[in-house]
Amino acid sequence: MTRHFSTVLATALFGALLCATGTIAAPRTDAVIGMSIEPTGLDPTAAAPVAIGQVVWKNLFEGLVTIDENGKIAPALASDWAVSDDGLTYTFNLREGVSFQNGEPFNATTAKFTLERIIADDSVNPQKALYSAIESVAAPDEKTLVLTLSHPSYDLLYWLGFPAAVMVEPNSIADEATHPVGTGPFQFEAWKKGNEVTLSAFDGYWGDKPKLDKLTFRFIADPQAQAAALASGGVDAMPEFGAPELVNQFEDKAGFDVVIGSTGMEVVAGMNSTRETFSDKRVRQALMMAIDRQAIVDATNSGYGTPIGSHFSPSDAGYEDLTGVLPYDPAKAKALLAEAGYPNGFSFTMKVPNRAYAERAAEIMQAYFIQIGVTATIESSEFPATWIKDVFKDTNYDMTIIGHAEPLDIGIYARHPYYFNYDNPDFDAAMTAIADATSPDERLEGYRKAQEILAEDVPALFLYAWPKIGIWNAGLKGLWTNEPVPSNDMTEAYWSN
Amino acid sequence: MGRIFGRFAILVASLLAISLVIFLMISAVPGDPAEIMLGTSAAPDTLAGLRHQLGLDQPLMWRYLAWLSGLAHGDLGMSYTYSTPVATLMGERLAVTLPLAGLAVTLSLAIALPLGTFAGARPNGAVDLVATAFSELGIAVPNFWIGLLLILGIALATGWFPTGGFPGWDAGLLPALTALTLPAVALAIPQAAVLTRVTRAAVIDITGEDFVRTARAKGASRTHALIRHVLPNALIPVVTMLGLQVSVLIAGTVLIENVFTLPGMGTLAYQALAQRDLIVIQNVALFFAMIVMGLNFIVDALYTIIDPRLRVRR
Repeated sequence: MTRHFSTVLATALFGALLCATGTIAAPRTDAVIGMSIEPTGLDPTAAAPVAIGQVVWKNLFEGLVTIDENGKIAPALASDWAVSDDGLTYTFNLREGVSFQNGEPFNATTAKFTLERIIADDSVNPQKALYSAIESVAAPDEKTLVLTLSHPSYDLLYWLGFPAAVMVEPNSIADEATHPVGTGPFQFEAWKKGNEVTLSAFDGYWGDKPKLDKLTFRFIADPQAQAAALASGGVDAMPEFGAPELVNQFEDKAGFDVVIGSTGMEVVAGMNSTRETFSDKRVRQALMMAIDRQAIVDATNSGYGTPIGSHFSPSDAGYEDLTGVLPYDPAKAKALLAEAGYPNGFSFTMKVPNRAYAERAAEIMQAYFIQIGVTATIESSEFPATWIKDVFKDTNYDMTIIGHAEPLDIGIYARHPYYFNYDNPDFDAAMTAIADATSPDERLEGYRKAQEILAEDVPALFLYAWPKIGIWNAGLKGLWTNEPVPSNDMTEAYWSN
Repeated sequence: MGRIFGRFAILVASLLAISLVIFLMISAVPGDPAEIMLGTSAAPDTLAGLRHQLGLDQPLMWRYLAWLSGLAHGDLGMSYTYSTPVATLMGERLAVTLPLAGLAVTLSLAIALPLGTFAGARPNGAVDLVATAFSELGIAVPNFWIGLLLILGIALATGWFPTGGFPGWDAGLLPALTALTLPAVALAIPQAAVLTRVTRAAVIDITGEDFVRTARAKGASRTHALIRHVLPNALIPVVTMLGLQVSVLIAGTVLIENVFTLPGMGTLAYQALAQRDLIVIQNVALFFAMIVMGLNFIVDALYTIIDPRLRVRR
C-alpha cells in the first residue's frame, strides 16, 4: 500500500498592507529626479555628454550669463554687459559677494582663469570651437571682465550661457569630474556611481535660496523601469521620459502631471554629400518629398514631436515652420528623381545607430523610399562608439539618422569638415552674417535666412524636433516645460502640498 | 596536494594568457573613448589633446605592459569616463554584485536541494511532478523576463519592494536587502530549476546503487539511507553543476542588474563597453575570467574532499 501525501506548495501569506493615511505634513524639501543616462564625470567643461549638464548646470555651476526656459539670454554671474560697436569687445560687470562652494571668492580673476582654460591650446573643452573668437581675456579689476574678439561673434553671449562655459574654481579643477565646485544654489554631496548623484542646498549662495534642500538624480536607463519607478514613487519626476508609448498610462493616472514641451534636438537623416547620388540637390529634395514626417513622428514617438523643415527647433528663438517647402508629395519626388537621371531609382545604405527612435524611423523611411523606386538597405551601427567612428569621423556612410542635441547648432552645416561633407558658400555667408550682426533682430533675421537655405537645399532630411516628455508628481512645481538647452533646472522647484 | 599546486600554476599561466587575449580583443573593438567623451562637436586638436591625456596615443604593447605592471602593483588604472580609480569603482560594484550572487545561489540551493531530493526519493510522486514542472519552466524562461514579471507582479502590486535601484549598504541592512530580494529571486529561479533537475537525477541514480541497497538490507530506514548514503554522494554532480553555472550566473547578473538598475559589476561592464571605457572593461573582463577559473579550481579541489575515490582515479 502506498500512501500519497498531497503536497501543498508555497502559499505565501502576507499581512494586509497597512496604508498610512495622509496626515497634514510640511511640504517635502527633497526631490528625486530620474534620468536615462548617467553622466560620465560631473565637469561640463571637460566632456560632452549632455547628461553632465543635466545634473550640474544651473543647479551647481553657473556661467557669466544663462539661458532661460524660452531660450533667452539672461544675466547670471555677470549682472550686465556691454558690446562695443565693432562687436569686438565685450565688457562684463560681475556680481559682488559671490563665492564658490569651497569658500573661495568668485571674481574677475577666476572668470579669466575659466575662459582662458577653455580657449587654451591643450584645452579638452568639448565646445572649444564655439569660443574660438575670443582672442584675449583681461581682468582690469575684480569686478570687470573684458573679452577681446578676433572677429565678431554675436552668438558668443549665447554660447557663454552653455554648460561648457560655467565658471570653475582654479584650486578645484583637479577633482572637478568627481567633486565639482561651483557657485550655484546646490552643492555636491555624493555620487553613488551607477545609481545616483545627490546635491544639497548651498548656504553661502549669493542669490535667492532654493526651496528644495536636497536633490537626488537617479539613473534609470530602461524605459519600462522608468515607468515603474514613477508609478511606485521611486522617483518624483522623469523630466525626459524615455517611452512615448507609455505616456498615456500616466495621463489617466491621478497624481501625475504629463507636460509635453520641445527640446533643441533635431532628428535628421544626414546624407553624405560626397556620394555621387547625394551630391545632386534634386535627389535630396526627392527623398525629402518622399516621406511624410508626421507619420514618422506618429509611428516612432507616439505622435510626440514636431515635424521640422530645417535644422531649427520650435524652442529656438527665430524658428520658422518650413515643412511646406518640400512637403510630402511622392509624384513630385518621382519626377525630380527622373529629372536628376534616376528614373528607375537607385539603391543606398542607411547606417543607423542602434537606438529605437532611429531604427524605427529608418524602417518607415525605407517603406516610403520604395514607393518612389529607391531601395534603402538598413545597416545597424552600435552607438556611440561604432557610429562615431564610421559615420561621424570617417564619413563612411550614405545616409544616417541622428538627433542633434546641441542647442542652436544649425552652424554645423558651415563646418568644414563635418560628417555631411556639405559645402554651400551661400550658407557659410549666412552664418558669417549672423556672427557680424549688431542687434538681436539682425541676428534672428540671419537665422531665418540660414533656415531657409537649408530647407531648400536639404543637406539632411529634416524629420522632427525631439519632444520633451515630462512626467512628474503633480505636487512638484517649477520644472521646465521646454528645454532649449539640455538641463534639469531645479533652482525654482518646490512642493505645493 | 601536488596535483592542486600544479593546477594552481596552470591557473596563473592561463590568467596571464587571458589578460593578453582580453587586451587585444578590446583594442580591436571599433570606437575611440576620446571621441565618445568629446561628442560630435569636438575639434580635431581637442581630440588629440584628450587622447594624449588618456595615454591612448601610446603604442599598443606599451599600454598592455603598463596595465600588467599596474596590476602587479595593485593599481588597476583610472576610468576614462568616471575619472575614478578602477579599483574603487569595482570595489563599490562588488559590494552589490557579490551579495546579490550569494543571495541567488543560497536561494537556489534552498529551493533545489529539498525539492530535488524529495522528487528523486519518490519518482512520479506529487512532489516530483511539481519539481519537474518547475525545472522545465525555470529552464525555459529567461531570467530578465522573470525580473520584469517580478517588478510588475510584486514590486508594483504590493509596494513592498523597490522597482529598481539600490540605496547602498550605508542606508541600512534592511533597505539594501529589500532592494536585492527580487533580483536575487529572478537570478535564482533558472538556477534552481537546473539544480533541481540535477539533484533529482542524482538521487534516483544513487538510490539504485548497491551500497544503498545493502544499507537498506541491513535495516536502515528509507530516510536514514537517503540522508546518510544518498545525499552525500548526490552532492558531487550538484557541486559540479554549481561550478559550471558560475559563468551563467555572471551573465545573468549583467542582465538582471540592468533590469533592476542595480549599480553592480554587470551594469559597470555594460556601461563601460558602451562608453568604450577600455581600462574598465579590461579589468572587469579579467576579473570575471578570474572568478570563473578560480571557482572551477575550487570545485575541482572540493571533489577530492567530497569523494576520496577521485584522489586515486587520475
